[in-house]
Amino acid sequence: MATAAITTERENYLNKEYGIRSWLLTTDHKRIALLYLASITFFFFIGGFFALLIRLELLTPAGDLVQADTYNKLFSMHGQVMVFFFLIPSIPAVLGNFLVPLMIGAKDLAFPRINLLSWYLYIIAGTIYLHCIVTGGVDTGWTFYTPFSTAFSNTRVIEAGIAIFIAGFSSILTGLNFVVTIHRMRAPGMTWSRLPLFIWAHYATSIIQLLGTPVLAITLLLVVFERAFNLGIFDPTRGGDPLLFQHLFWFYSHPAVYIMILPAMAVESEVVACFTRKRIFGYNFVAMSSIAIAVFGFVVWAHHMFVAGISLYSALIFSILSYLVAVPSAIKVFNWTATMYKGSISFTTPMLYAFGFIGLFTMGGLTGLFLACLGIDVHVHDTYFVIAHFHYIMVGGAVMGYLGGLHFWWPKISGRMYPEGWGRLAALLVFAGFNLTFFPQFLLGYMGMPRRYWQYPPEFQVLNVLSTAGSTILAIGYVLPMVYFLWSMRYGKIVGDNPWGAAGLEWKTSSPPPTFNFDEEPEVTWEAYNYEEIPAPAEVSVER
Amino acid sequence: MSDSPIAVEQHGPELLHHFVDAEQQRDAATLGMWLFLATEIMFFGGMFCAYLIYRYWYYNEFAAGSRSLDIYLGTINTAVLICSSLTVALGVRAAQMGKRKLLVILLLLTIVFGFAFLGIKGVEWYDKYKEHHIPGNSFNVDDLIRDYPQIHIDPRHEQIYFSLYFAMTGLHALHMIIGVGIFMFLTYYAWKGRYTPKYYTPVEMGGLYWHFVDIVWIYLFPLLYLIDRKPLR
Amino acid sequence: MSSKFYYVIWIALLCLTVVTAAVSFVDLGPLNTVVALVIATIKALLVVLFFMHVKYTSEKLTKIVIVSAIFWLFILLVLSMADYGTRLLS
Repeated sequence: MATAAITTERENYLNKEYGIRSWLLTTDHKRIALLYLASITFFFFIGGFFALLIRLELLTPAGDLVQADTYNKLFSMHGQVMVFFFLIPSIPAVLGNFLVPLMIGAKDLAFPRINLLSWYLYIIAGTIYLHCIVTGGVDTGWTFYTPFSTAFSNTRVIEAGIAIFIAGFSSILTGLNFVVTIHRMRAPGMTWSRLPLFIWAHYATSIIQLLGTPVLAITLLLVVFERAFNLGIFDPTRGGDPLLFQHLFWFYSHPAVYIMILPAMAVESEVVACFTRKRIFGYNFVAMSSIAIAVFGFVVWAHHMFVAGISLYSALIFSILSYLVAVPSAIKVFNWTATMYKGSISFTTPMLYAFGFIGLFTMGGLTGLFLACLGIDVHVHDTYFVIAHFHYIMVGGAVMGYLGGLHFWWPKISGRMYPEGWGRLAALLVFAGFNLTFFPQFLLGYMGMPRRYWQYPPEFQVLNVLSTAGSTILAIGYVLPMVYFLWSMRYGKIVGDNPWGAAGLEWKTSSPPPTFNFDEEPEVTWEAYNYEEIPAPAEVSVER
Repeated sequence: MSDSPIAVEQHGPELLHHFVDAEQQRDAATLGMWLFLATEIMFFGGMFCAYLIYRYWYYNEFAAGSRSLDIYLGTINTAVLICSSLTVALGVRAAQMGKRKLLVILLLLTIVFGFAFLGIKGVEWYDKYKEHHIPGNSFNVDDLIRDYPQIHIDPRHEQIYFSLYFAMTGLHALHMIIGVGIFMFLTYYAWKGRYTPKYYTPVEMGGLYWHFVDIVWIYLFPLLYLIDRKPLR
Repeated sequence: MSSKFYYVIWIALLCLTVVTAAVSFVDLGPLNTVVALVIATIKALLVVLFFMHVKYTSEKLTKIVIVSAIFWLFILLVLSMADYGTRLLS
């Protein structure tokens, strides 16, 4: 049943104040989350547009759609936009911002004004990057490797570097806010062992953001200084070491991938628990694994440099450490799977995304182990095998986690339910489109097709065509939620506090929540995931 | 905002409404500032990493470059920052004890020390400019090669030392400038009487930041100025 | 804390500064670097513990944050040097 407007609506964070100033000057973490939602969706489509052009070019072996220089710009900007302006903020800045205070029983984050500053820094960074795109773009690869980026590239490296530098501070401030909030603002009775695993994973993510991003910041600054002021820190002709750049860059950029995946794991824990109606198996192990991933993730970075010229001994060390970092991720996968055993499973849209996440993340993670093996990496480094590996994690894992989370908490955020039938269809399209796009890339890479090449030998064409075909299906799968989420804001079924019958403090307040989150400060006397005490909801109707 | 039904006891305007009480607000601010300082450790740390590696590779050039810095100005600057840390610490104490005038004087003194540091740094940089030690097209270390025949100096590698010198002291100076700006704000609000024994958190937080910038210099001084000043045979 | 104690720390820091500058002129071989860094660390500790009040805080989290940041910096320095230090061995 869909209703447009109700005459007497409860006051909530959406209708409390109207007007653009009330949004642009808000300090309400829930509104800031929506500001982020709009901005990162915009950048997602920019990055996706670049991806579409890449896949169009790769339909044919010849370089016939764009010139080689342009192609370099396409994959570089696709990577930078997707990583820095979509994936890194996505779940933390949207779902984290919205849910962290609610889940711990606080009225807001510790520093609401810094939260708003964080969004403005993101917008400033994004604007600078957009300007970079339209004034020539950047062609260094998303990785800015020197000395090409410092001495030879004729593109807008300084501008892109500055934009990402600023975006980095947006990320640092979000992390800082979360850590202080989680330490200092938990409601009475909300002990660490009662926290939802969503909070544990975001806490771990924030640690990485705090300790890793500054190193990216200084590294990009040094590249900008080298280009602008002719400092010679990475210049080989003056004795500089290009590998030093790579060490500093990957010191952040490897933990960055854990910034991108841990929040998706956060969503996974909540969704799996709710739609199996069980406490997550091995709560302590999952919580500790989040922290372990954050810590271990910092000691593996040179596995991106195995063939770049580092010493064999350090390569061996980093290889062993890279195998170890897979262990906590595996523990989580085993625990989610064990949770499902003898659970009461409902195949709602968020749960479909959760299933997809487990399968695709596992494949991505296992292929990461292939890459951690020095012998294999020599053959598949810089091929499509690597591209497939990280897209399985970033898209098959992180983006599906993001979409699953958006669907799961959409009723809480908007007070409306999205159409479940369309939701399931979109999830299946994403899953099918994703696999068709990226599985052929494993084969291509293994057969030797290099990455970042705009033309390729004809024997690779069939797989490339399959990949491009998959990407169009994937694109449809991504556009559908945009359409029906917007539709649902006006015509979606109005929901109560807890349409999913889920555990967690956020479900104990109204949908949408009031500005200060709770009518009375909650006092927590129950353990997390107390599903034995929560009645299951009535069957979720499949709306058309 | 104030019609939130959650009870809030009598408090001054400085207590923000999403906090339960002033103590929670202060604890949050303190943790937040320490976390921020942790990010700054990593921010400078990237350059310390570059320094470590290039000093390992090009020790001779680093030694020669270090000798070309004025140790007297460097030592004086270190002393200036130490004095400024003293005035900051005394200032926080004055705020804690409600001594407004003393607080303002100490904050002003801190700013004076900050400007003194920046002034001396400016003099040092100008000296480097005159000596053609700024990396780039006019870089020239014939003077070092001439002055230190006992040290084998590759002029290309010498640029790396000076690149790091300017990057590290430049970033430090930028942090000093920001610190001076922060303290100007603190001085103004202190003069207006905003800080009382019950609420002097901004002074404390500004103080933590200032001490951190001092600590960075405490490491930069030996690493840049004192690499090798042994008498040469 | 009494203001007198702050002055004591201040004098100590100034003395250590003079010492570190003076010692750099003495040939201690490889120990020069060690001594310089040890003195710098003592100075840093004096500032952290006394000027920044870390010695007097009951908040364990502050100390954890400081130690963690330094530890993370060491991860960067040590593992990077693991590469540079062993390149010539291969």
